[in-house]
Amino acid sequence: MHEIFGIPPQALFGQLLLGLINGSFYATLSLGLAIIFGLLNIINFTHGAQYMMGAFVAWMLLNWLGLNYWAALVIAPVLVGAFGVLIERTMLRHLYKLDHLYGLLLTFGLALIIQGVFRNYFGSSGLPYRIPDALRGGTDLGFMFMPNYRGWVIAVSLVVCLVTWFVIEKTKLGAYLRAATENPPLVQAFGINVPRMVTLTYGFGVALAAFSGVLAAPIYQVSPQMGADLIIVVFAVVVIGGMGSIMGAILTGFGLGVIEGLTKVFYPEASATVIFVVMAIVLLVKPAGLFGRVR
Amino acid sequence: MTKLKSILAGATALVALALPAAAQTNVKIGILSDMSSLYTDLAGAGSVLAARMAVDDFGAAAKGLKVDFVSADHQNKPDVGSNVVRQWIDVDKVDVIVDVPNSGVSLAVNGVVKEKNKVFLVSGAATSALTGPACSPNTIHWTYDTWALANGTGSAIVKTGGDTWFFLTADYAFGQQLEADTSAVINKMGGKIVGSVRHPLNSNDFSSFLLQAQSSKAKIIGLANAGGDTVNSIKQAAEFGIVRGGQNLAGLLVFLTDVHALGLDAAQGLIMTSAFYWDQNDATRAFAKRFAAGNKGIHPTMVHAGVYSAVTHYLKAVSALKNAADGKAVVDKMKATPTDDALFGKGEVRKDGRKIHDMYLFEVKKPSESKAPWDYYKLRATIPAAQAFRPLADGKCPLVGG
Repeated sequence: MHEIFGIPPQALFGQLLLGLINGSFYATLSLGLAIIFGLLNIINFTHGAQYMMGAFVAWMLLNWLGLNYWAALVIAPVLVGAFGVLIERTMLRHLYKLDHLYGLLLTFGLALIIQGVFRNYFGSSGLPYRIPDALRGGTDLGFMFMPNYRGWVIAVSLVVCLVTWFVIEKTKLGAYLRAATENPPLVQAFGINVPRMVTLTYGFGVALAAFSGVLAAPIYQVSPQMGADLIIVVFAVVVIGGMGSIMGAILTGFGLGVIEGLTKVFYPEASATVIFVVMAIVLLVKPAGLFGRVR
Repeated sequence: MTKLKSILAGATALVALALPAAAQTNVKIGILSDMSSLYTDLAGAGSVLAARMAVDDFGAAAKGLKVDFVSADHQNKPDVGSNVVRQWIDVDKVDVIVDVPNSGVSLAVNGVVKEKNKVFLVSGAATSALTGPACSPNTIHWTYDTWALANGTGSAIVKTGGDTWFFLTADYAFGQQLEADTSAVINKMGGKIVGSVRHPLNSNDFSSFLLQAQSSKAKIIGLANAGGDTVNSIKQAAEFGIVRGGQNLAGLLVFLTDVHALGLDAAQGLIMTSAFYWDQNDATRAFAKRFAAGNKGIHPTMVHAGVYSAVTHYLKAVSALKNAADGKAVVDKMKATPTDDALFGKGEVRKDGRKIHDMYLFEVKKPSESKAPWDYYKLRATIPAAQAFRPLADGKCPLVGG
């Protein structure tokens, strides 16, 4: 049989596709981070906890209120987003004028507190969440068995990423947003409520995290650590893509998913570190990241 | 109040030191566990509770023992674990270290305890190296080990026709030891290992590894990992149609809390080896009822039961010696006394530090067979104590034959 690097091409295609699926989680998560950093200048370390909250809210909706996955896909981001708005209103807003470090410390502390509360209440082993019936089973693609749910994840993540990019980069609303971060007083002088816009932006970024949490719930265990495991990788993705660059976050998310996937085939022991190796190399060659601008 | 208490405790300790014949013996138990990450539910706070229950049930106070507790989180880091233990022994005067899930951390602690001549009772950690090349006159490995798991699950599966294996292995001391021990059993019984892949601890996504296992065409995919890693492997194997494709999963280390987290839907049919199940007899059921009431409803795993049993036997030895200071002497006493408690029944501690008791092969029930919450296992076979653990001569433990 024909082989590429000692691996049958079918297996390689399968691994590439899996990499893209994992990449779609990285992309949606890093997208939220990139928006929050790009527009608010806040390094949101609570992002992983908010992703975890999304998954937990989905679990609660199902087990306590009987609301299914599709409802959770809408309700969980709204609820967690509202929680984000609350954090922004009461805490983050006082830190905009200070150094990045203060925002980082605050959000990191919040993340630890949120995770601790969930662990105390739900334990650490996690909770089961079933794949919705409509997406159960899979399709034989010839080179691999593709679970329908994973296909859904990749499709819906791509749509969400592209729509978000379009809104921010190509519409009038997006233009206001970008202007408001460049020069808030001037935009405010045109009669636009900048603080409210900033609050809503943070809420939206948080909602994106919760949305990926709901997407992740049926695949991974719904557990308090699920965000902490992922957040560091996602930060690396944002740094590689260029802090604050939205398209950069999306493209590197998918790209690194593929690189990680291939590492799992050729040298699985390094699959947890390969992203950081890439990060180190990128920072040495292009300190602003692949798609970042030097500020 | 607490200050007064500790002054009093200190004063009593001084008196006890000055007068070895004094009536009261002080014992300080340090429970080192994973209190914040993937092993928290299967050990963690439950292990502290189990130790306290053992002390209460033993009637320590009435027998002249004054027992204190400390506990800490080792964060699954060997350096953190051994630092905590050093401080406990040097500053806080801890006599015995208990539990320590995570083989890497337990191997590090093993060295420190030996150097300081205290006692180390291992319940949570799995590596059979603790009674093999790394065995110590101060350590007793209580509940289970990788050899016993491999022997129980591995041979049961090869016997029923699962003779080609592919391993998904957690890439640290425990996973590697479990893979090695299981491979030895499989090879001995005429089976074949067709491949393996080593994944980092706490991997989220196993699809890539599972796909490799799938294309290996092995009949059995052996999960040489634990906790959340096992749970995610099993869950995602179902998603990728591994079992429907004719391959079977063998969970080499599956705890009751993992099955609870998976739900019977995903876990049914899984075969695993365990040293303890709460629903075995009246004594274990009574223990489980009391335990669950104090542990947010989480029923005891074999790790919790092992902590209870080990602490009980330890207290017996200390109350006989009336002194906890010399760790090696206490361990020698524990080895000389046959073990007997409500949860594990009669048994013994071997020269290499291995605690011997029956092991059990369980199968996870179908959702329709489970009648109550936490009603998860049915017994497939009992592995008698004499066959359940690695023969004394095979362990390469320097304490044996010397």
